[in-house]
Amino acid sequence: MTIEARFRVDRGEFLLDVDLSISAEGVSALFGPSGCGKTTLLRAIAGLDRHRNGYLRIGDETWQEADRFVAPHRRRLGYVFQEPSLFGHLNVRSNVEYGAKRVPSSQRKVSVDKAIDLVAIGHLLERSPGTLSGGERQRVAIARALAVSPRLLLMDEPLTALDQAGKQEILPYLESLHDELEIPVIYVSHTREELARLADQLVLLEAGHVVATGTVDEMFTRLDLPLAHGSDADAIVEAVVVGHDEHYNLTYLDSAAGRVSVAGRALQVGDCARLRLAARDVSLTLEHQSGTSILNIFPAVVDELTAEGDAQVTVRLLAGGVPLLARITRKSAAELTLRPGTSVYAQVKSVALLS
Amino acid sequence: MIFSDADLIALAITLKLALISTGILLGLGTPLAWWLARTRWRLKFLLEAVVALPLVLPPTVLGFYLLLVLGPHGPVGGLMETLGGRPLAFTFTGLVIGSVFYSMPFVVQPLQNAFAALGSRPLDVAATLGASPLDRFFTVAVPLARPGFLTAAVLGFAHTVGEFGVVLMIGGNIPGVTQVVSIAIYDHVEGLEYAHAHWLSAALLLMSFLMLVVVYGVNRRFRLAQP
Repeated sequence: MTIEARFRVDRGEFLLDVDLSISAEGVSALFGPSGCGKTTLLRAIAGLDRHRNGYLRIGDETWQEADRFVAPHRRRLGYVFQEPSLFGHLNVRSNVEYGAKRVPSSQRKVSVDKAIDLVAIGHLLERSPGTLSGGERQRVAIARALAVSPRLLLMDEPLTALDQAGKQEILPYLESLHDELEIPVIYVSHTREELARLADQLVLLEAGHVVATGTVDEMFTRLDLPLAHGSDADAIVEAVVVGHDEHYNLTYLDSAAGRVSVAGRALQVGDCARLRLAARDVSLTLEHQSGTSILNIFPAVVDELTAEGDAQVTVRLLAGGVPLLARITRKSAAELTLRPGTSVYAQVKSVALLS
Repeated sequence: MIFSDADLIALAITLKLALISTGILLGLGTPLAWWLARTRWRLKFLLEAVVALPLVLPPTVLGFYLLLVLGPHGPVGGLMETLGGRPLAFTFTGLVIGSVFYSMPFVVQPLQNAFAALGSRPLDVAATLGASPLDRFFTVAVPLARPGFLTAAVLGFAHTVGEFGVVLMIGGNIPGVTQVVSIAIYDHVEGLEYAHAHWLSAALLLMSFLMLVVVYGVNRRFRLAQP
């Protein structure tokens, strides 16, 4: 299924000009700084704002073109807003059922019970929204959107209005949606961590324009994009759990880059997981080091380098085809005479398990 | 018996007038308030000014114009006559029409404020949940604007009960037909029947106070129940 969207919105000081074609498998994230047009684009996709000369096609359905505009209530989409926006005059159960009741039973794929289970709000059903915590409210809002059995789920920074505890409360549920439902999701965010954990592909927006689109692992490590240059630059690696070390309490995973050891016992053998390798935790050597405390060492080839300020360099590596980033000093890069094609060993001091 | 028969009839006419007027006002005022709260029409302030006119206009002025329009020589009254009816001046129907104009702002403004306070978010949410515009109006906007409806109904009712000038101009003072309590009180005072005036006044005072207590009490509870 493909999503094609063309919108041009001119509001004087703000111009959104987007021509987008993305595959709607899994979670596609619209990412960019505040004010870059993410929400405007999402509302246009939902049909909440009608822009002239827009074009929108979801799979084999055209929602907007020259003389056609499908009203939002006929699009059957799920929309989770930044604020939970529950209906204050209805209890939790009626909130969740509001959309479900309006879907013909032949098109119901996600039952109300399933939606309630997915975000674990079964114990809240008779409560009034006013008595819930921020995280609980957002979970109800997510269940309400899912119970519509949406063809497309739109999420507009659903974690932004929550405190840290609320964010940590919701993230696992969002990850499980990803695994359990086959609903394409467009997820708006300006937080890197959410992307790292949830997104499959990324649409990078800047000042109303699409700068680049691609898979998360690719986009995070492209040196021509700002994502690879912050102090929090990192690479995302997909891996499968292959075993645990009971004695040392480690988890072993296999990735295309090689075997990875992660501290702590997590997940089951066979589980898929995402690993995050922070650029500043990756150091490079020309020979394979022995006698080092570092467990994760991957043979890699330098792909590209760019200066990072006066003193540092960001190196993009390919380890078994997987892109990694290393943030090292300019002096080290010179002494190792790193250039594209140089074979190196990437020593990764710490690997974070994201899910 | 505290109230004379004429007083009781005046009370009954007053309540009937207030109930009918409030019903019509809610029927007309709700779509008008909804439209005023949501339109981006540049000239809507003109319409808002027209709706608010009875707040500042002396009731006798409004009553005078209505008398001209509804009377036998006015456009509406004349039309009624050619259609074989009676002119509307000095009839109960004429009173209802006058009351509807006179109490319009007391119904439209609370509703408009309540609808505006909703914002567009709950309606956007309802739209994404598959509710058509009419569906979201009745299942989201109206229940959420409930305090506004209560305020509008009570103010419209109470204001109609309390009107004097318009009623006098357009209804005359026909006992059993258009004589309402406020005018009956005036008559009692004119006739130096202070005891009767006292009882009727006290009845209106108590009724008005109780209605306002209900409004404020219910609205307070509603606010407490909201997140």
